[in-house]
Amino acid sequence: MPSSPISPAADDAADVEGSPAAPLHLAVALDGAGWHPAAWREPRARPAELLTARYWSDLVAEAERGLLDFVTIEDSLSLQSTQPLQGPDDRTDQVRGRLDAVLIAARIAPLSRRIGLVPTAIATHTEPFHLSKAIATLDYVSGGRAGIRVQISGRPDETAHFGRREFPPLPTDAAGFASPEFQQAITARFDEAADYVEVLRRLWDSWEDDAEIRDTATGRFVDRKKLHYIDFQGEYFSVKGPSITPRPPQGQPLVTALGHMTVPYQLIARATDVGYVTPRDAAHAREITAEIRAEQAAAGRAGETLHVFGDLVVFLDDDAAAAADRKDRLDQLAGAELQSDARIFTGTAAQLADLLLELQQAGLTGFRLRPGALPDDLEQITRRLVPELQRRGAFRLGYEADTLRGLLGLPRPANRYANSPVAAAI
Amino acid sequence: MSKPVKQIHLAAHFPGVNNTTVWSDPRSGSHIEFESFVHLAQTAERAKFDFLFLAEGLRLREQGGEIYDLDVVGRPDTFTVLAALAAVTDRLGLTGTINSTFNEPYEVARQFASLDHLSAGRAAWNVVTSWDAFTGENFRRGGFLEQQQRYSRAKQFLDTAWELFDSWRGDEIAADKDSGVFLTDPLAGSFRHQDDHFDIGGQFNVPRSPQGRPVIFQAGDSEEGREFAASTADAIFSRHSTLDAGKAFYTDVKGRLARYGRGHDQLLILPAATFVLGDTEAEAAELAHEVRLQQFSGQTAIKLLEQVWNRDLSAYDPDGPLPEIDPLIGEHTIAKGRASVRNGRDPIELANEWRARAEAEKLSIRELIAAVGGRQSFIGTPATVAETINQFVQEDASDGFILVPHITPSGLDEFADTVVPLLQERGVFRTEYEGETLRDHLGLGTPTPAAAAEAVAS
Repeated sequence: MPSSPISPAADDAADVEGSPAAPLHLAVALDGAGWHPAAWREPRARPAELLTARYWSDLVAEAERGLLDFVTIEDSLSLQSTQPLQGPDDRTDQVRGRLDAVLIAARIAPLSRRIGLVPTAIATHTEPFHLSKAIATLDYVSGGRAGIRVQISGRPDETAHFGRREFPPLPTDAAGFASPEFQQAITARFDEAADYVEVLRRLWDSWEDDAEIRDTATGRFVDRKKLHYIDFQGEYFSVKGPSITPRPPQGQPLVTALGHMTVPYQLIARATDVGYVTPRDAAHAREITAEIRAEQAAAGRAGETLHVFGDLVVFLDDDAAAAADRKDRLDQLAGAELQSDARIFTGTAAQLADLLLELQQAGLTGFRLRPGALPDDLEQITRRLVPELQRRGAFRLGYEADTLRGLLGLPRPANRYANSPVAAAI
Repeated sequence: MSKPVKQIHLAAHFPGVNNTTVWSDPRSGSHIEFESFVHLAQTAERAKFDFLFLAEGLRLREQGGEIYDLDVVGRPDTFTVLAALAAVTDRLGLTGTINSTFNEPYEVARQFASLDHLSAGRAAWNVVTSWDAFTGENFRRGGFLEQQQRYSRAKQFLDTAWELFDSWRGDEIAADKDSGVFLTDPLAGSFRHQDDHFDIGGQFNVPRSPQGRPVIFQAGDSEEGREFAASTADAIFSRHSTLDAGKAFYTDVKGRLARYGRGHDQLLILPAATFVLGDTEAEAAELAHEVRLQQFSGQTAIKLLEQVWNRDLSAYDPDGPLPEIDPLIGEHTIAKGRASVRNGRDPIELANEWRARAEAEKLSIRELIAAVGGRQSFIGTPATVAETINQFVQEDASDGFILVPHITPSGLDEFADTVVPLLQERGVFRTEYEGETLRDHLGLGTPTPAAAAEAVAS
């Protein structure tokens, strides 16, 4: 395949008839009324319902109608802020307040059937033992559709909500961010997150799949030889195990993380099943994926499927001018142009399809789209973008698997403790 | 003058990790699969029960240095199951046991406030404490608390959580699209808490939930536990096996309320109870005997005895007499992760009492353990069980019961179909939910936040 961008429209038919690229994966990132801070003021926004189950189940039902691989649900242990690195911002004109993402995911799990559910957890302040059983349980209640997005926190206000550790103050300028002290602090938080993920995975494996035997002859409910202490010892915490929750349906639910630079790319490459990245363009996407693939190989995971998803904030409408106008209108209401770590796209679904296929050519295996406003941009994704991609042979026509791993082409992981050398020697 | 007829409160306890759960019965299903929780919750809701109750465990129990394998082992995460159950029920209260030792107040308050929003006002928290290093080995803080600190941490944990629940008054979200005012108060959720255990501050990020704060349950029978419940809880989860013991406990705990400025109806006493139903008294007794034999195998009896004796008793015959040697005093080395071991009475005193009873009644180890090991159990026909439950409540031995079926998940079906209608006929149990929230079901008012109350007072 040529490495140059696919040209739009004219080549579509050829793509369908020829051999289309590997299927593209699509996730959508749900957060409040959408990713634009003024999105809650859109005519169809439901800002008074953001804390209700109905609001979230409606969004997930729409995403599932669009056959999306999964939804992520944003979270934080503090109030939303325009200056999150500093703390709350006292603004009253934006959405403030949110619910625990894992509980939202659990609440909507029984109301959906096929779509994956990937809430956010803050590794810096929470307990991996608690999160491990929560996500294992989300996997049970959803029938194998659970994942987690692991995030770190350096916010001083979040630290103060827990009051049990101290972090150096965050820098306020670019020089501060580049300083060795700050880079060291960031690296430490990501090292801790890597330990956290390792503990999650070990705890999920701490029960072998057939540990429950219910052997009435001997009166034993479990075969305790199939339960394993994980004995994790790390710099930031230690965990004994085993989990109290048996191994979940997927064996290991999906682990995901967002990264913008080398240190988080290493976490993605070494520890996750899906990494989210924020390429500016195809060249940048090629650069990022090359770095992640090299780290993946260095970590001895070259043979494993690791998805690298591009994150994009999207404003979509039936014509490009309307999409741009909508974003401009929201910018005016917010009093500032939208800023984002991810590329901001405005245009039609067909134009977005062009871009996604171009970025896919640069090495991305899927996308996590952040709708600028809900439900409008979500509906544009499910009702315009998805059919467009289907027409081009680039997206599924129906759910082809029952589990989230199945949708993403990831195998059910073998249990690291089963058939261990010790067991094999007996 | 006759007392007014009391309304009975009933709840369902998901059968869990203890020897009262009969997993060997062919009818016994999964303790993990969500369908089991759905079945029990929907049965409880069909029967108009107040709530479903989940226990908690944070480390697999061990005995003699090995994971205990004679009872059900393993359970799913409490918050996650309750949030999912909120999707398949409409009115049933959702009560979760959450430990205050191996959690942080900000996170737990956030989870309960979220659950209350997601269930439209049906969340309840059974606050329990722990202090042992054994459980601590699964958590960041590791180590353990000094035993005497467990209630002080629990009390301060709960105080802190209440401040967080009350940090939003409930009227801060305007979400007015036209004016662009989402929040009327930029300082909503502000809190500052400093005491021996917690030094935290900032802004809580979950706005006030439908019940204001979840219903608070407390379990624990010690002097400190009773006082803690009387001062702060909405309901107490107790364990008393006879009418007289129940009355004594009820009188004692309700008598403590006044000193905290609380009324008689502001704390409900809800003991756990098991039940066995039959078409005749004789059939019920026979079924109960069979269940008892399944719950107390010879192996199980020896293991339960070891938990008191703190010694390896595997050489003893379960069908023989109790050991003449005394329990080992000091740190428990035999059984770990058991509430009974952590909270137990003086073991020598207990051993002497058991030996005296075994001798007087000519009981083997297994028979003695079966005799002392059961909880309050209602055994009989639906009519006699309904009668007895009503008697306990009308005579102030309790305000109702948390029923623990011995079969998962169908163990409540027969009770719902036969006993509940009889209680309804007597006019002592609801035929339809009258309110929306768990506080409504329990007759507890919705608390007003401290700030709002002060504003009204001034």
